[in-house]
Amino acid sequence: MRQIFTLQLLFSTIRLSTPLVLAALGGLYSERSGVINIALEGLLLAGAFTAASVTYYAHSPWVGLGSAIIAGAAVAAIIAVACIRYKADQVVTGTGINILFIGLPAVLSGALFLSSGSTPQIPRENLLPVLSHFLPFMPAWRIFTDVSIISLLALVIVFVTRYVLYRTPFGLRLRAVGENPEAADAAGVAVNRMRYVGVILSGALAGIGGAYLSIGQSSLFTRNMAAGRGFIALAALIFGKWRPVQTMLACLLFGFADALTIQMQGVAKLPSGEDIPVQFIQMIPYVVTIVVLAGFIGQSRAPKALGTPYQKEK
Amino acid sequence: MIELRNITKRFGAVLANDRVSIKVEPGTIHAIVGENGAGKSTAMRIAYGFYTADSGEILINGQVREIRTPHDAIAFGIGMVHQHFMLVEPMTVAENIVLGAEPGSAASLDLRKAAEEIRKLSDEFKLSVNPKATIETLSVGQQQRVELLKALYRRAQLLILDEPTAVLTPQEVEEFFAILRGMREQGKTIVIITHKLSEVLAISDNVTVMRDGKVVGDLKTSETNAADLARLMVGREVLLRVEKPAAKPGDAVLALRDLSILGRDGSKRVDSISFEVRAGEIVGIAGVEGNGQTELIETLAGLIPGSYVTGSISFEGCDITQLDARKRKELGIAHVPEDRHRRGLLLDFSLAENTILGVHYRKPAVSADGILLDQKGIQRRTEQVIRDFDVRPPNAALPARALSGGNQQKLIIGREFELPPKLLLVSQPTRGVDIGAIEFIHRKIVALRDEGCAVLLVSAELEEVTALSDRLLVIHNGRVVGEVDPTVASNEEIGLMMTGGSA
Repeated sequence: MRQIFTLQLLFSTIRLSTPLVLAALGGLYSERSGVINIALEGLLLAGAFTAASVTYYAHSPWVGLGSAIIAGAAVAAIIAVACIRYKADQVVTGTGINILFIGLPAVLSGALFLSSGSTPQIPRENLLPVLSHFLPFMPAWRIFTDVSIISLLALVIVFVTRYVLYRTPFGLRLRAVGENPEAADAAGVAVNRMRYVGVILSGALAGIGGAYLSIGQSSLFTRNMAAGRGFIALAALIFGKWRPVQTMLACLLFGFADALTIQMQGVAKLPSGEDIPVQFIQMIPYVVTIVVLAGFIGQSRAPKALGTPYQKEK
Repeated sequence: MIELRNITKRFGAVLANDRVSIKVEPGTIHAIVGENGAGKSTAMRIAYGFYTADSGEILINGQVREIRTPHDAIAFGIGMVHQHFMLVEPMTVAENIVLGAEPGSAASLDLRKAAEEIRKLSDEFKLSVNPKATIETLSVGQQQRVELLKALYRRAQLLILDEPTAVLTPQEVEEFFAILRGMREQGKTIVIITHKLSEVLAISDNVTVMRDGKVVGDLKTSETNAADLARLMVGREVLLRVEKPAAKPGDAVLALRDLSILGRDGSKRVDSISFEVRAGEIVGIAGVEGNGQTELIETLAGLIPGSYVTGSISFEGCDITQLDARKRKELGIAHVPEDRHRRGLLLDFSLAENTILGVHYRKPAVSADGILLDQKGIQRRTEQVIRDFDVRPPNAALPARALSGGNQQKLIIGREFELPPKLLLVSQPTRGVDIGAIEFIHRKIVALRDEGCAVLLVSAELEEVTALSDRLLVIHNGRVVGEVDPTVASNEEIGLMMTGGSA
């Protein structure tokens, strides 16, 4: 046991939760405005690929991060136009985006880097920095200062989101259009404009999450590197009842399950002394997701207008 | 204050407003009456920017103005309270009131300042409500006050109220009218859309009557009366009272003994009720909605699982407490549900398919072999219902959704009457139904009674239960708090019992 529950596990959890938190918060802005965002997976991939490609050429993770934000927002804008303006089915649109971003990076990396699906390695000094980069005078605290700057940013965004949602006119309007767009309209709120903002913000945040995957946690983009995190983020958003802090906690739970998997491999033994087959250990995050979703989702109440386009009669 | 001039509005093939002109004088209460679909709400929704007119113009204080969105209307001092409240249920009163017109800066919402202002307005207009309460915890009467405050908070000078009394008890209506009169004294102008003539006469200064999308009358309220208004609305003479001979009650058909019903949350919705309904009489149940009527009727129809029910229900002397809905229907218990969209119809199914609901597994819907639907039999039954109950348009292939509320209701009533019933459970038979159809439905119910059927009637319309019932039970908090003779008791007396006071 002592080999499993280490400080390592804690920081591993933070690392693995970071992209989940960013994607889930993105989803929160979109879904609170009433637009289902099942495309978080695709948005993560868009952000990851853009960040890695741009950083490779620009030699600056900040330019890469900025591009990932723009790319995420741009892809989300496509979703927004389709779902808000043309009232396309939100689930179908999102699924289309997800499929697109399994294939598109492969095509582009073929064109740009003559490779099939991944971008070239980026040198370590051009990756998104960890805290020790800013705190060189604290070498003894390596384990703390090894946390990525993006993890810290994600934490800040959680609380900013909470403030925006509950303490600003923007947040009030966003929640209102997701719950009862007719009422918001009658009160003089421009429903569709709010929804555009919500969806595009979700792309920007998922873009940051994607950048973290490719130029924070690793040093290149690999094919399908989001590996279902967009969907787990969606599950966390639902489990967190579309509330920022609870959603973050849900992401931490899923991140923890993931970290546990890594930590237990080759360490956890059966009472007989044999290793637990690795396949069973790798099942943990998925089992946790299913149990959590099946067990608790019933109590979660979605924004009432989630998934329905606002049709104003003319 | 506001004037509509030659407003025309088309929805597809339907001409909803045909050169409608309405002039509302400042500082008055102006009623707009008409049957469902007459175009009253459409005209007012145009004034509030929810719809844009195809042609015509809107004048505010004598000047032509363009109103494209509610936002524009609000800027011109127009507020509207919709029939279905436009409130965000999980949010607080204060949040709902300020939504779209928030105090404070963009970076911070000043709800404390809002609450202060709301309190000031509540005092001024006697609309007490707690700004911190969540909408879903409020009664409909309180929610309505929130709607009024919402308009007042936006400094509305003109308030448009769409069917505001539909959800209120008689007492609440009185209070509500007092509030409206108070607002008029403070210089506000009020437009009230309604189809209840008694209310027009009680509250308005002027009245505009609409029919089939046109204005058919513009009158001073003091110079008109209910009969004239009804004639204008419907286009023919209308009988406003129910004509019925005295009941000749026979044996008890339905008998309840200490019937109690639990809600899903475990609370008692109906608390040891006992009464009888005899053949050939109409027993009415008066009460504020949500006092157990729904549970009672649904339990009698067999729609609530037996595990929630204690006590006994007997029908023609046999205990039916444990029978399911189908068995009860086979015995001759018909049910006209309170919510025709939820329990009464499959809106996307044809009139024919809807007509055989409940008898879909036996004759005449199924052929002799019991396997195939008998299309001819279904057609015959449907045509009969359509003819006998004057369902319009008379086309069995149309989806139920295509019918007006009144015609949907006539179809359901026709279907249930064809059972044929020995006991009719009927809830809100004329909710959202036009005066003409109300008259028709009332006559049919009385005729069924005279054929010897027992009728249990629930209605939120006090006038309806008192007019139709031979005996009237008053329900409050799941208990029968009294029985009155509807020909003797006054509305005030019954209203007081409904709210828990003693008569």
